Amino acid sequence: MPKNNELKKILVIGSGPIVIGQAAEFDYAGTQACQALKEEGMEVVLINSNPATIMTDTNMADKVYIEPITLEFVSQIIRQERPDGLLPTLGGQTGLNMAVELARAGVLERENVKLLGTQLTAIEKAEDRDLFRDLMRELEQPVPESTIVTTVQEAVIFANEIGYPIIVRPAYTLGGTGGGICANEEELLETVASGIRYSPIGQCLIEKSIAGLKEVEYEVMRDANDNCIVVCNMENFDPVGVHTGDSIVVAPSQTLSDREYQMLRSASLKIIRALNIEGGCNVQFALDPQSYQYYVIEVNPRVSRSSALASKATGYPIAKMAAKIAIGYTLDEIVNPVTGQTYACFEPTLDYIVSKIPRWPFDKFISANRKLGTQMKATGEVMAIGRTFEESIHKAVRSLEIGTHRLYLKDATSLDDAVLRTRLQKPDDERMFLVAEAFRRGYQLQEIQDLTQIDWWFLDKIEQIIHFEDKLRREPVLTKELLYQAKRKGFTDRAIAELRRESNPNAELTQEADVRAYRLEQGLKPVYKMVDTCAAEFEATTPYYYSTYEVENEVIKTTKEKVLVLGSGPIRIGQGIEFDYSTVHAVWAIQDAGYEAVIINNNPETVSTDFNTSDRLYFEPLFFEDVMNVIEQENPIGVIVQFGGQTAINLAAPLSKAGVRILGSSLESIDSAEDRKKFEALLRKLDIAQPLGKTVISVDEAVETADGLGYPVLVRPSYVLGGRAMEIVYSDEELLSYMEQAVKINPEHPVLIDRYMLGKEAEVDAICDGETVLIPGIMEHVERAGVHSGDSIAVYPPQSLSDDIKQQIIDITINIAKELKVIGLVNIQFVIFQEKVYVIEVNPRSSRTVPFLSKVTNIPMANLATKAILGTKLADLGYVDGLWPEDEYVSVKVPVFSFAKLRRVDPTLTPEMKSTGEVMGRDVQYAKALYKGLVGAGMRIPQSGGIIATIADKDKEEATQILRGFYELGYNIIATGGTAKALEEAGLRVTRVNKLSEGSPNILDLIRGGQAHFVVNTLTKGKTPERDGFRIRREAVENGVVCMTSLDTVRALLNMLETINFSSRPMPILQK
Amino acid sequence: MQARLLLEDGTLFTGLSFGAEAEMAGEVVFNTGITGYQEVLSDPSYCGQIVTMTYPLIGNYGITRDDFEAIRPYIHGFAVRRHEPVPSNWRAEYSIDRLLKEYGIPGISDIDTRMLTRILRHHGTMKGLLTTGSQSVEELKERLDATPLMRDQVARTSTKNVFSSPGNGERIVLIDYGAKTGILRELTKRGCDVVVVPHDTTADQIRRLNPDGIQLSNGPGDPKDVPYAVETLKQLIGEYPIFGICLGHQLFALASGADTTSLKFGHRGGNHPVKELESGRCYITSQNHGYTVLEESVKNTNLTVTHINNNDGTIEGLKHNTHPAFTVQYHPEAAPGPFDSSYLFDQFLEMIREHKRNNPQRPRQAQLSETLKGELQYAQK
Repeated sequence: MPKNNELKKILVIGSGPIVIGQAAEFDYAGTQACQALKEEGMEVVLINSNPATIMTDTNMADKVYIEPITLEFVSQIIRQERPDGLLPTLGGQTGLNMAVELARAGVLERENVKLLGTQLTAIEKAEDRDLFRDLMRELEQPVPESTIVTTVQEAVIFANEIGYPIIVRPAYTLGGTGGGICANEEELLETVASGIRYSPIGQCLIEKSIAGLKEVEYEVMRDANDNCIVVCNMENFDPVGVHTGDSIVVAPSQTLSDREYQMLRSASLKIIRALNIEGGCNVQFALDPQSYQYYVIEVNPRVSRSSALASKATGYPIAKMAAKIAIGYTLDEIVNPVTGQTYACFEPTLDYIVSKIPRWPFDKFISANRKLGTQMKATGEVMAIGRTFEESIHKAVRSLEIGTHRLYLKDATSLDDAVLRTRLQKPDDERMFLVAEAFRRGYQLQEIQDLTQIDWWFLDKIEQIIHFEDKLRREPVLTKELLYQAKRKGFTDRAIAELRRESNPNAELTQEADVRAYRLEQGLKPVYKMVDTCAAEFEATTPYYYSTYEVENEVIKTTKEKVLVLGSGPIRIGQGIEFDYSTVHAVWAIQDAGYEAVIINNNPETVSTDFNTSDRLYFEPLFFEDVMNVIEQENPIGVIVQFGGQTAINLAAPLSKAGVRILGSSLESIDSAEDRKKFEALLRKLDIAQPLGKTVISVDEAVETADGLGYPVLVRPSYVLGGRAMEIVYSDEELLSYMEQAVKINPEHPVLIDRYMLGKEAEVDAICDGETVLIPGIMEHVERAGVHSGDSIAVYPPQSLSDDIKQQIIDITINIAKELKVIGLVNIQFVIFQEKVYVIEVNPRSSRTVPFLSKVTNIPMANLATKAILGTKLADLGYVDGLWPEDEYVSVKVPVFSFAKLRRVDPTLTPEMKSTGEVMGRDVQYAKALYKGLVGAGMRIPQSGGIIATIADKDKEEATQILRGFYELGYNIIATGGTAKALEEAGLRVTRVNKLSEGSPNILDLIRGGQAHFVVNTLTKGKTPERDGFRIRREAVENGVVCMTSLDTVRALLNMLETINFSSRPMPILQK
Repeated sequence: MQARLLLEDGTLFTGLSFGAEAEMAGEVVFNTGITGYQEVLSDPSYCGQIVTMTYPLIGNYGITRDDFEAIRPYIHGFAVRRHEPVPSNWRAEYSIDRLLKEYGIPGISDIDTRMLTRILRHHGTMKGLLTTGSQSVEELKERLDATPLMRDQVARTSTKNVFSSPGNGERIVLIDYGAKTGILRELTKRGCDVVVVPHDTTADQIRRLNPDGIQLSNGPGDPKDVPYAVETLKQLIGEYPIFGICLGHQLFALASGADTTSLKFGHRGGNHPVKELESGRCYITSQNHGYTVLEESVKNTNLTVTHINNNDGTIEGLKHNTHPAFTVQYHPEAAPGPFDSSYLFDQFLEMIREHKRNNPQRPRQAQLSETLKGELQYAQK
């Protein structure tokens, strides 16, 4: 069926900010969709609030709206643009929910907009638990015994009938927010209560637990002519019970016979047909490992995280096909872009095995509950491809960047047996490593299976890996044959050296470099195979490769000069989609400059790993050995490391040492910025101020330094990512406990101690070619120093910086960039204290703010930087030293957090970064821009309501001033003892409420009862109320109430409300 | 233990042995199915061939008595990237290694199967020799060149005796050219009263079984190697409703005056798109064939092309313009592969019923008494 010619203009809804459960995969999907629609001559209008996306680049759609994805704003855009169709299936749950809202509000009908891809009824049938169960019954598809509840009571009654454990799944939430497995009534009460709150329709599915069954997923596509295909199936390493986003997954399934495979395939097709979906759909099954019995767990009537994974795993571009289907094409007439000669109506077949491992944020959130359940906690994931499971999983492990490159965690060796057993039984992020540990301790496979319920096949594989490690240790000589076997099982040179060293520290081949040299001497190099959707049955043209140790190398040599770009790996807090954005722009700029762009990355969610992005994609770990192998294969003129975040920067030194040319800022200049001593010397030389501080290598030295500087001080380990383990400490006691818990201090891992200056923060990103320093813009932070820059609201252009301050910032930036001989990008962070500008940090690389600043200043920063790296002079492009003229619009970048998903994490803003994503608000006025930003970030801002204030003594004066403003706007101020007293003394009428210790009803009850709309809570350090404060903050987060811990945020909110609202005041009394 | 696979063009793959210690030669073909190795191993259509699976891990879920497509495997060798010796599946009874050993079939693992596949794709299917012996390559080459390709696979794989699989429904005669069990399974599932007959059963012998319809099975090799089967079919077309699968489809085409030819490297796997021309619908099908009906040759026959392969345009389905008969090149019985086309068996039974409706027979009693009367008169004479 050809394209539907009634469709001329299409609105695409993006997925908004990155949160746990909804990450970069939707930028990948959205970008593909926009490209596919434009290819077909459609006029594309896009709305997405997330500026850190390729899809919101103005060349991706005909019109790009970076506005909040709310009914109010989307309706307005629809009225303005009058699109013919709306494509909501590529914007995750956000897009789908928005479509439902628009349809229910009658907007689509009124404006005559056709819903494309998935009809409203299908969305409802898949998402509404009740309708879903009815449909499954109709299709004779088994679902676990379950019931729908809207109250806690109903849940308890049902649980008593069918017995525990019970799974709770709130309706219409993403990443399973608010759900969980409950072993008893107490847990059930809590989970159902929160689930009902999180569900936008106040509904939960209470279901018999089928934990322990095999979990298998199918990615299905269907077109309007009812052609259906399965793109890929996947099997979870973890049995049912762990959210699929938190599971280790392999593709294709490994332990299903054809009969079982086809049984579930047929069921998937039956379901997608019944839902009448035109596009992609994901079906999740639980399969009894002992019979043909299966259950349908869930259906996603849209493109999902799993479909991004399936696309990368097979090469089949699901989102692109879904977009074409949505406008009327059928699968049999769309050419398979991988082969260029066959059609999209076939089922990809794999001749390799793909492993996905989630990346969790527990390295940053030490206090978080690491247990995995039905609520997703991972922020990102890595994917690896190999010809054996061992090769594939080893590659995935070293892609994770969690300090290990094989199935070995040092900390696990010291666990006592009882703990190990418990942790094997109750899955957490380290379980696979613990399984390995158990085998090392001699546990029997059956025993481990009883504890974990992980399939025998996977456990056997891990056991074999452990046995092979033993062999590597034991064999007296590392023969070529043994080495070859090790490489085929995915062991790195480093791992081999480590294992050899363990048994005989003085023997040969116990250092990575020696093993590598020996390996190359023996002629053992990997070959590269192509991901081609068809297992080599047809000739493919897609330059999408993975390495393996076999015979035939399929890489086609070309004569063009090549530049290698290192990607940024899995998305984690502090290193998000922003880096992928820059990577993609770098690739484009390289191509513009006439080179071939080669990329290495391992993140399946991203645009950079779309095989259409670069000239060659190597889906490989960002690990020295793997990167070197690609370099030896491709022989590029150099490597660009500055767009791949800390991941790529960390590779600069070893690569450079191996003789690889680093393009852009030299290793020396990177080092001058990152090495504290060199950095201090640099600033001294340039006469630039920085907060006093010192690098210390022992606890005693730390205490001495802190006393010398005077508390509070800022402490952090050197070479940090996203402010990891950075804290403000107020006393010796706190400093000592920090030293004990957060860092392992030693001469190799020094700690930095700085004087903490309570001032305003600002930040710039600049581009330098060694001669000219272009500063596209200065961003001012709303929150004062002490809040991580990634967690602050940033405003461009600055609203409160004087011209003098701006000039200081400009001068400093130019001086530093020139002195450091920056070639490419540099990010500098400042604190402004008593009208003087201090430099806190210099990062000679692409930063988190590059996409935002590029968009608001209209300067393609990553592109220009790449050009500079490749030798173009900024002056020749017409740029001069200094600040680019400021935009007349005001733009704000508002951070978005995923606290609701991470139990036990304190939502307080600190020097340690906690946000997972960002949105942008832009308007002619600061207040309007901020409003958009806050609303886009998910804040509900009622025009009246209650504000709970619990304020630390040190902040009372300042807080009183701000709260008075809210009071005058008509908000009800609710406070406890001390705070209430202070406010009353200042003349405000306050609703007093009990502290937690004073019994019910107290603050928590008020929050739960929905009487508070904002919570303002400032931190009292090191005293008992901290625990109360923590509970208040968590309660707010769990109830979706805005919680602010920085008075600066509160003031900004007040100023905004004052500007957009009216307050009523009596007339002044006539003077006598 | 070492095993080697030598191709006609001289390429030598050295890997590890599994299965039997033996030497066998045959046509080397690749199958792209991810699951279903047991069905592939035991599909008689692979008789005499050395099969390589493109999916690298083979043996993961073991071997079960339930998934055989024939009573024994007829392949001449199995080549995989990795033989998984420890299966994990609730139905698994033993490993591939044991199965191959039992039937004296050699296997080779740890070779670059993707390279092998690419060679076959590029040069087309070719002969190969798989051995666990230690002879010199020259010696192997001589032996390979001296071994002719098999031409009697149908006779080897077909049943030797007539047997029945009783049911209460239509009487179907299934002509076994090397049939997969799946065909019988689909027919009996629908209640058919199936009589399976050997490949060389004559038209008269079939008539004597008084069938309602005739099912032509799949089978190994070149359809032109079984001219007698074509002759038999010529007599049966028009007389009984016919449904042909794979080799059965090719034989039907030959019997109707069309011609067949070999494909460069065949279609073997479970992901092949087939378009039904009338509806425009596309089906994902299970395929295993190295020959195809020539499109040109159909023009002057009484046949209509009903299905084509959506990728290479080759003929995938035919129907007779005047007689109740249709055939497909692919495998509606699946096993391995998708069940999307199992509706064709329903269509066959529907065709039989319609044929009956259009050709009402006189009541049996009347028929019988007439016959008896004739016999009586003859006796009286």
